[in-house]
Order: sequence, then C-alpha cells, then structure tokens
Amino acid sequence: MAMSSENEHPVKAFGWAARDSSGHLSPFKFSRRATQEKDVTFKVLYCGICHSDLHNVKNEWGITSYPVIPGHEIVGVVTEVGAKVTKFKVGDKVGVGCMVGSCRSCANCKDNLENYCPKMILTYGTKYYDGTITHGGYSDIMVLDEHFGIKIPDNLPLDGSAPILCAGITVYSPLKYYGLDKAGMHLGVVGLGGLGHMAVKFAKAMGLKVTVISTSPNKKKEAMEHLGANEFLVSRNTEEMQFAMDTMDGIIDTVSAVHSLLPLIGLLKNNGKLVMVGAPEKPLELPIMPLLLGRKIVGGSNIGGIKETQEMIDFAAKHNIVADIEVIPMDYVNTAMERLSKADVKYRFVIDIANSLKPI
Amino acid sequence: MAKSPDQEHPCKAFGWAARDKSGLLSPLCFSRRENGDEDVTIKILFCGVCHSDLHVAKNEWGFTNYPVVPGHEMVGTVMKVGSDVKKFKVGERVGVGVIVGSCKKCESCQQDLENYCPQTIFTYNSHYTDGTKTYGGYSDMIVVDERYVLRFPDNLPSEGGAPLLCAGITVYSPMKYYGMTEPGKHLGVAGLGGLGHVAVKMGKAFGLKVTVISSSPKKETEAIERLGADSFLVTSDPAKMKAALGTMDYIIDTVSAVHPLLPLLSLLKLNGKLVTVGLPDKPLELPIFPLVLGRKLVGGSDIGGMKETQEMLDFCAKHGITADVEVIRMDYINTAMERLAKSDVRYRFVIDVASSLSQ
Repeated sequence: MAMSSENEHPVKAFGWAARDSSGHLSPFKFSRRATQEKDVTFKVLYCGICHSDLHNVKNEWGITSYPVIPGHEIVGVVTEVGAKVTKFKVGDKVGVGCMVGSCRSCANCKDNLENYCPKMILTYGTKYYDGTITHGGYSDIMVLDEHFGIKIPDNLPLDGSAPILCAGITVYSPLKYYGLDKAGMHLGVVGLGGLGHMAVKFAKAMGLKVTVISTSPNKKKEAMEHLGANEFLVSRNTEEMQFAMDTMDGIIDTVSAVHSLLPLIGLLKNNGKLVMVGAPEKPLELPIMPLLLGRKIVGGSNIGGIKETQEMIDFAAKHNIVADIEVIPMDYVNTAMERLSKADVKYRFVIDIANSLKPI
Repeated sequence: MAKSPDQEHPCKAFGWAARDKSGLLSPLCFSRRENGDEDVTIKILFCGVCHSDLHVAKNEWGFTNYPVVPGHEMVGTVMKVGSDVKKFKVGERVGVGVIVGSCKKCESCQQDLENYCPQTIFTYNSHYTDGTKTYGGYSDMIVVDERYVLRFPDNLPSEGGAPLLCAGITVYSPMKYYGMTEPGKHLGVAGLGGLGHVAVKMGKAFGLKVTVISSSPKKETEAIERLGADSFLVTSDPAKMKAALGTMDYIIDTVSAVHPLLPLLSLLKLNGKLVTVGLPDKPLELPIFPLVLGRKLVGGSDIGGMKETQEMLDFCAKHGITADVEVIRMDYINTAMERLAKSDVRYRFVIDVASSLSQ
C-alpha cells in the first residue's frame, strides 16, 4: 500500500498544496527524506510564484498528479549538510530552481545541460530516484542534492532573487545560446510579465537596445521609465509595427497564449531570430515565405543547466539585477493565483514563507 | 503606349512563354537589351525546369505578369562582352541562375548576399533597372550583368550542371549557413525531388550520414542505391518513425505541399535544426513545445548570393555532383510541366534549348 505523503519520509514537513483541478491551495502535511550524504537540507525563506505553478495546479497541461505542492523559485538557508557535501555549509544561502535531479551520466548532463536530460527531475510533481513524488517550495523545508543548489551572491536581496531561479534563467539562457547578447544589438521582448521584465533587465545590462512589444499600452511608461526599455510597441497598432519592421536582431517571445507569429517575424532583420520561451499548448501558424526571404529562424529554449544558472545569477549580482516583486503571506496565495491569471502583478509574487507559513 | 515584347529592345530574341494561368507555354518573339558595358550576351544551350517555373507559369503565387518566359537554371556560351567586363571572355561556358540584378549598395549586396537584397531582380517575371520585364532561360539568348553570371567549371556537364543554378544553391546555402557540414553528423532530407536529390548528394560529399524522409516507399531503392543515402524513412510507418526519434542533427525540408512539422521536429536531436527551403502556399502548423523542450529551431533559406553560387558550382565540380536529369526538347515542355506537377521526373527536366528551340 502506498504511503501517505505524511509518512513516506522520516522528516515532518508542512506546505500548501492543490488537491484538484480547481487549483485551490490549502495547508498540507507531508514529509521530506532524511539528509543523504550529498544532500543539503534547508529552511525555505522565500518562494516565487511562477506562471507554471498556476498551469500545474489547475492541470492545464494534463500532467498533474494531485496533491501537488508547487514552487520552483526557492531561496533558503542551509540547516544540515550530508557527509560528502562540499558546495554548501550550514548557514549558507541556497537557491533552487526548476530541477532537483537528472541522470548525471548522459551527454547532456555531462555538458552541463541537465535541463535537457531525458530523465530530468522537476522540483515538483515528478518522481524522484526513490520513487516518491517531488514537492516544491511552497513549504517549510527542502532536502536537495547539492549539485542542484545555486549559491545566492551576497549582494542580492533574497526575496528579489527567488524569481531569477526560473524566470531569469529562462530568458538568460537563450540570449546566450542564440547569440543575442552583444552590445549594440536590438532585441525585442514580447510580453511584459515575469519572464519579459527579466529579459529587458538582462538585455539592457548586456548593452542591447530593447523594444518591448505588448498588447497593453498602459505598460509603456513602466517599461521605459522603470525597466529601461528603449522603445515600446503596441502589437495591435499596425502602423507602429509596420514602422518597426526589419529592425530587430532577435526577439524573446514570452507569451504563452496562442498568438500570431507573422508580425513578429516581420520585425526581424535578415538572419533574425525569434526565440520562444513561453509555450502555448496549441500549435502556432508559421508563415514560411517570410522565414525564407529573410533567412530567419524560430527557435525554442527551456530554462538552463545548473552551471549556467549559477553564471546567470552571478551576472545578475554584478549588475544589481533582481526581479520586481510583490511579497505576500502564504495565505494570500489563492488570491495571488487569481491575479496572476489576469496578469495583475508587477511582475512576480514572492511568498514570504519564513514569516507566514504556519503549520496547522 | 507600352511597347510589345518584341519591340522593347534592339536585339531580337525568341523563346516559349506562358500567356495565361493555364500555364501552357508556346512560342513568343521578344527582345533583349543591347549589351551594356558590364553585360555579357549568352547563347543559351540548356535550361532546367524548376518547380518555380510551373508555379509562376500558372500564377499560383498571384504575381505573374504575362506573358512570362520562365527558366532560371541556364547554361550557355558567351557571345559578346561589354567593355568593362573583367570576369568572362567570348566562348566561355557560363551559367545564369535565379537573379540578374540587385541594388549593389545595401548591406546584403555588400556581403555578397544579393539574394537577400530588398531590390533583387529575378531572372524572369521581374522588372529590370530600365523598367522592362525580365525574361528567363526558355529562350535562345540572354543579356546579363557580369556580376550575376557564373563561371561553369570545365568538368561539370551542362545538362547535369544546369539545375544546380537553382536547386543546387538552394540546398547548399543553408547547409553551409546552418552548419550542416560536420562529417559524421546525421542529416535528414525531407522530400526527394529536384532539391532533395541534390541535398542527398551534397550531404554525402560533406561526409554526413544521410536519411531520406519521404511519403513514398517506392523511392527507397533509388535513394539508397543510386543516390547514396544511408537510410530511408517513410513518414507513414509509425514503428520506423518512432525508432528514428531524436536521431538527426539537422533536416533540410524540401517539401512544398502543406505538411505537418511535428513528426520532423521529433526526429531531431537536442539543438536540432529544421531548415525549410520549399514554399508551401499556406502557413504550416508549428508546435512550440518540441522547440522549447529540445532547444530546436525552424529556419528558412532562399537560394544564395553570387559568390556562394560560384563556390557551390566549384564544390560540385570537385565532388562530381550533378543533378539527375531527363533532357527534353522545347516542344515537350507542356508535357514536362504536367509530369512535374505529378512529381513524375527523376529529378529535373532540362531543355536542350540550342538543339530544339526553333522559330
């Protein structure tokens, strides 16, 4: 008989979980494994709310196994280390993003691309090596294989650095891989949410000219004055879009809803690259002629490996980049999810776990 | 009042043209410009029949300006050179491909990428710098600015070499640009027609493992025994497709009909590249998850610049690569177009213009 979440491991833990596809979260008692020799155990301080958490709790991708404790933008403080741990000591800050395990032996893992390992283990909702389901950061403690722990640089505030562990790496990795990281280049960023605002900040730090492309004209002031974007295009304004045609070296498209690619391809210069980091669940229409006539590409990218995530957060620290956040107590999470579904947040909610997650 | 085709220019010319969207071709008297200082006058010997010729003859893309003399894979001999011509001499064997002009000043032109110039002038159905229409290679002679003329390597036969001027460069350019030239890597070629069969040959010359991906099982023996492909995958065979998942570094997609991209994307490894060179007339469905989860990309490519086209011809001459052709007489052209529409050709028709085009 399968053990209950509370009994499957020796260490008591507490969090908030969704139990069905309403996505409603509520207090949940469960358990964590004992600290193994390469594990670090840490007390969770903050956890960002990623849009994926919302997709998951409502089973929008059809893969959710309930109960699910979401959260994969986690910052905490180490309370115990296993005998063979070398990366962390008790008292260190530690960050965890979307992955907590991989096979460690395939070509991708050896290439520091754990995110592309076919056996990658996600921070929540996935089977761990011991067969139990992983539970995420909307919880009081976690036990983590040290390899997947990220060191948080001293000068970064803990609450603002939590979202960087997913939103940050998700846009940083493709900027590097697709060569959209050279000073003087012109980058478009489609969608100004958690991912989009991080893309603007990183690209500006890399010396790029940045144009935000959005459906909402009311985000313009914020984008330009606060985030430092150079230009702002309202995607429904055909005149503005027409004028900007053939001006961009690359575009990072963070939009998860189904949308038209044709106008975005038109914004690209020859050899331009449209990179998808949002993942609409239905296929999009791809017009072929514009791709051919300008030798353009549409590519994808999915988070980043651990080494690159560390590189990314060190880059963020060097340039004082953190996410723009709204800190909330644990019991606000359902309201936060509703607001998130309406994109009513600038630009990430972060749960103050340490101060507001109270066991029942 | 606009001049008629045979009066526009001083040099009499003769070819076969389509006059309406039936696409049926028939003799047309027209004219070519006087040979300018930078021009070369060429007597056309052979001209390949590209699928684009069929699309344009029938106005399938909606921009045909009748009458149209198609043909952009021509080989001929130089009859006259202008006073500023440096690259060619009378009597030399040369080729003319898809473009006969560009602005020469923009960034693309300056980077030898005349094919991406916003003012590219196509060999037929375009307007030249003097405002007159361009006519293609289903004709007896042509006058071309030397920049857009290719030197034909000695050991490259005219008949088999002519289709390289479009089909060849169309697959060679993306193979170079997208890095499909590392020996030992695995290339998939989707579609086995004019473009596809040349891609197989070039892929083998680059030292790649090549798999042909096709909807017709009957092309397998041909693909492996004659063209040298290493393997053959039928898209309607689920077991074989499943076994091939995640095995290819890149795919050149030459298919012009609307077709699903998901099965092709699934064949790619991590970081795999799907490059489309065919021209479906409607958008294709692009599933985003496979792109994101495998960091894959879909890219396009459109012929190549003049420098690269010359490089391609020299590469083909060095490796003994020619198109597989069926040589036809000019008056067979309408039958050839019908057969081409049904993909009934291995793999390009080439018109023996010099021997069969008569007034």
